[in-house]
Amino acid sequence: MSTVTNSDIERAPDRSGATVGNETLLEVRDLKKYFPVKSGGVIRRTVAHVQAVDGVSFTLNKGASLGLVGESGCGKTTTGRLITRLYDPTAGEINFEGTDIGHLTRRQMMPIRSEIQMIFQDPYSSLNPRHTVGTIVGTPLRVHNMVPEKKTLPRVQELLEVVGLNPEHYNRYPSEFSGGQRQRIGIARALALQPKLLVADEPVSALDVSIQAQVVNLLRDVQDEFGVAFLFIAHDLAIVRHFCPEVAVMYLGKIVEIGDRETIYEHPHHPYTQALLSAAPDVKQAAIGGRRERIRLEGDVPSPINPPSGCRFRTRCWMAQEICAKQEPPLLQIGKRHKVACHFAGEIHQAPARPITTEMLGVDDQGNPTGGATPAPMQDQPGFADSWFDLKSKSVTSA
Amino acid sequence: MTGFIIRRVLSSILVVILTSIFVFVLFFKGLGDSPARNACEKLHNGRCPAPVLASIKHEMGFDKPVATNYAIWAKGIFVGRHNVYSDGKGYNCPAPCLGISQMTSNTVWHDLKTKYPATMTVAVGGASMYLVLGVILGALAARWRGTFADRLLVGGSLIVSSIPYYLVALLAWIYLSLQLKLFPNTGYYPITSNPGKTIAYMALPWLVLGLTNCTSYARFTRGQMVETLNEDFIRTANAKGVRTNTVLFKHALRAAIVPVVTIFGLDFATLLAGTIFTERIFGIDGIGNWSLQALQPPMDINVVSASVLVSAILVVVANLLVDILYSFIDPRVSIA
Amino acid sequence: MSTDTFERADDMAAPANPSDPFLVVEQLTVKFPTHDGLVQAVTDLSYTVERGKTLGIVGESGSGKSVSSMAVLGLHDPKHTRLSGSIRVDGQEVIGAPEERMRKIRGNSIAMIFQDALTALHPFYTVGDQISECYRIHHRVSRGEAKKRAIEMLDRVGIPQANRRVDDYPHQFSGGMRQRAMIAMALVNDPQLLIADEPTTALDVTVQAQILDLLQDLQREFNSAVIIITHDLGVVAELSDTTMVMYGGRAVEYGATREILTHPEMPYTWGLLGSIPEVAGDANTRLIPIPGNPPSLLNPPSGCAFHPRCPHIDKVPGDLCRTTLPDLVPGDRGANHVKRCHLANPSEIYAGEVLPEIAPDLIDPETGEMIPEIAEVDPDEV
Repeated sequence: MSTVTNSDIERAPDRSGATVGNETLLEVRDLKKYFPVKSGGVIRRTVAHVQAVDGVSFTLNKGASLGLVGESGCGKTTTGRLITRLYDPTAGEINFEGTDIGHLTRRQMMPIRSEIQMIFQDPYSSLNPRHTVGTIVGTPLRVHNMVPEKKTLPRVQELLEVVGLNPEHYNRYPSEFSGGQRQRIGIARALALQPKLLVADEPVSALDVSIQAQVVNLLRDVQDEFGVAFLFIAHDLAIVRHFCPEVAVMYLGKIVEIGDRETIYEHPHHPYTQALLSAAPDVKQAAIGGRRERIRLEGDVPSPINPPSGCRFRTRCWMAQEICAKQEPPLLQIGKRHKVACHFAGEIHQAPARPITTEMLGVDDQGNPTGGATPAPMQDQPGFADSWFDLKSKSVTSA
Repeated sequence: MTGFIIRRVLSSILVVILTSIFVFVLFFKGLGDSPARNACEKLHNGRCPAPVLASIKHEMGFDKPVATNYAIWAKGIFVGRHNVYSDGKGYNCPAPCLGISQMTSNTVWHDLKTKYPATMTVAVGGASMYLVLGVILGALAARWRGTFADRLLVGGSLIVSSIPYYLVALLAWIYLSLQLKLFPNTGYYPITSNPGKTIAYMALPWLVLGLTNCTSYARFTRGQMVETLNEDFIRTANAKGVRTNTVLFKHALRAAIVPVVTIFGLDFATLLAGTIFTERIFGIDGIGNWSLQALQPPMDINVVSASVLVSAILVVVANLLVDILYSFIDPRVSIA
Repeated sequence: MSTDTFERADDMAAPANPSDPFLVVEQLTVKFPTHDGLVQAVTDLSYTVERGKTLGIVGESGSGKSVSSMAVLGLHDPKHTRLSGSIRVDGQEVIGAPEERMRKIRGNSIAMIFQDALTALHPFYTVGDQISECYRIHHRVSRGEAKKRAIEMLDRVGIPQANRRVDDYPHQFSGGMRQRAMIAMALVNDPQLLIADEPTTALDVTVQAQILDLLQDLQREFNSAVIIITHDLGVVAELSDTTMVMYGGRAVEYGATREILTHPEMPYTWGLLGSIPEVAGDANTRLIPIPGNPPSLLNPPSGCAFHPRCPHIDKVPGDLCRTTLPDLVPGDRGANHVKRCHLANPSEIYAGEVLPEIAPDLIDPETGEMIPEIAEVDPDEV
């Protein structure tokens, strides 16, 4: 794993969907997690909720990968922890291979835990400094009785080799490894149980740039070799783009745009996605002529305890109008594999003059209910439908 | 803030009640009727006729269940009791009634009030001495960490903490007070009547308490300071051009002192509950000495229960105060 | 600034020629003796920063990029540090300068911004207190005046309702606002040099963009010199006039930013450029990582510190890379672009081998040449 040749590049498969099975592995439906905020009185009543995740739906096929992108506080990490059941969901379903694991007890979760594993951000604090690498990687094998006791060590060595570490180093302690190597240990541990789903929470953001690329490439190899599905959580749009054929952008607990990679990166329709893409400093652009023009968002992300009414992004959005405060935009499918939650969804500088959602919401351009029209039910379903709302013709079309 | 205090006071009261039940029940069950037998033998010169024993047992409540006895005892704290039986006589015991001391035949509350100022004086003087000395020494050792002075402090503190406290106290008293006469004889004189004399007579106990305990505070403070001095905000202060001493005592010490305060709160509470060795060796008539005497057979169970109750209350109050103090030192701690 | 009547430490000396660089670092070497041996954190580092210009220092953790700037402020504990070389601030030598004189420079003519404002600000003092403290150290003013100045600075860096927020504690600020407060604190004494150590690393992208904008505006306004230390080539590309790439405690490439980023001549810089995934470009290509791990500063590799990770080592005759440390000398692109590498024809290798791999979209598909707008950067222009 330490030298990369041209052949590596050639063998990188096209992952636009063809190699990935169409069988759904994970379906998340209207997932919510509210953390209570207690009052300071004599009796500690719950006075408010931090709406960390508020109605998130998506699907993930076997062996596929979905990127979950957003800034701090958008709920991406909470979503990951809900799926691995480190948190209990407040509401919603997490269907893993058809079983709703959202409300299973600890005991019921046991067999499923081996199928869903997690890779953590910080390779320093996520490994017990007093355990050898062999123990760290071998523990899940023992806990789940994956291999006979005698076979544990050979299996650990095999795993170390897979992640590009010297298998003879099983007796060393985490402190003897560099940051990138520790992250490899974390990956080996996650792979030990041959999971079907890996939730990778910012797996490379604590690493040096040159090491980040090594780990991303390793994760790609792992996916190719073992067919593991990835939920890849990151704030770095560029890394996600390199890893995930499908990307969901989150803001304040909600998915604001989800779609295949080309659409999200080349034709983003949500102003927040456009701002995120434009904000990241880009070496090549900048090398040509200083700072490029970009969308500048004002202020900070509002508090998830008391999110803005209507569209949650409106307080920082340069296009916001009256309707945005009054009506929450539905996550509307506007392409074959593209959903966006914005009243004025459109490509950058081509946003429609009138809100696109008035008819389906039964409101006028200012967001006041008209009463006359009957709003069509706009229940957000996980995954993508065969027919969608075409922005040009303003009508439902299908492929 | 108010909500927090009320919640904490309520839980503190619960802790005190549970402690008192625990202690009362254990003593009541454990001693059986021996207090009654002792009283009986005392009254009849070592013999104890059965009818007398029975009547004493009745008077002392041994024929009733422990819960009833606890209820009587606990109620007495608030409303007082009449006819409390002790030494074959009935005593009047006004609220707060903690029973009658067999040693003095006074109410326990009366003795407690008499003895407490001495203990308080020892504790407050000794504790302030070791806190101030320990924190300053620790901060300086952290500043000059790795130097000879630092090693001397760390090494010296190890030696001091390995010698039993009573030995230090005894030797200090023998040499400094008896032989060299650097300090007057020790004892307690009420601070209200002659503060100068109080301080003169308390100086040696304070010094001994202060010096022996300050070493552990110095080491603890040093450790906290060394950690704090590596924090980013210390680097920021240095990069601002803040003077070294200001960095040390304003920026670093304020952050380092939080855990020191916690430990101090608990230590101080224990000290207030009685400093047995100090009081014994320096001849101070405080509650430490008092409860020690009460433990000698025949055990003065009322005094023992009272001193347990007092220390429970002190520890709980100290904890509460530390928590409130926290929110003043560290603005991030919101005790709303 | 009307209140600035207090004498600056550097004004006491003979006035330096204003056209000279404000900061001149020459052959700076910083070593830390430890139990395991001597850590050679920075070796033979030389650079200059002029007023109104920005120098970007790029490198990974352990490259010595932060250590060198801490040395400029004399922030290393002299007991545990061995410093040699020369650092001149406005013509005045600071290595070996008495502590009292250093103290007058710190926070005054040279100020620093640190990475994580949550840990870099004192948690127990209000933001206003911390800013006014910095002002009062270097100016004889009352508390009230200092607070007024703090509010003014908070307002300047874009904190809404500054007169109210001045009494907030750092934890009551959001990440972006904390970094703004940190910048306000750094600028309160109108420093002539601002050193920003990873100023946006802990921030979200949209907030990072705000902070970079702010830094650039403030620099234009105050005409101060800026050193920006980062691992992010994108940040350097957007902000700095000159760029220095550091590896294993040494400068390995140094020159005008546009030069360095469009015509890099050192394989480590190529590696850095190749490791960065881009928001645009072909998503299906593999990233091209630099193999191996950063070098140990206790036992640095012999010869060129990068040789154990260098994929082009076979293009250098003999064992030169393993045995001989290359000098920092001009390459193919003129005297203003120096690199520390034995490769004889770096431009050719870059255009012919590296660029097609890391940025095939920058190559004209028909001619196989670099796209003209990039190729035509004049090396002597900056």
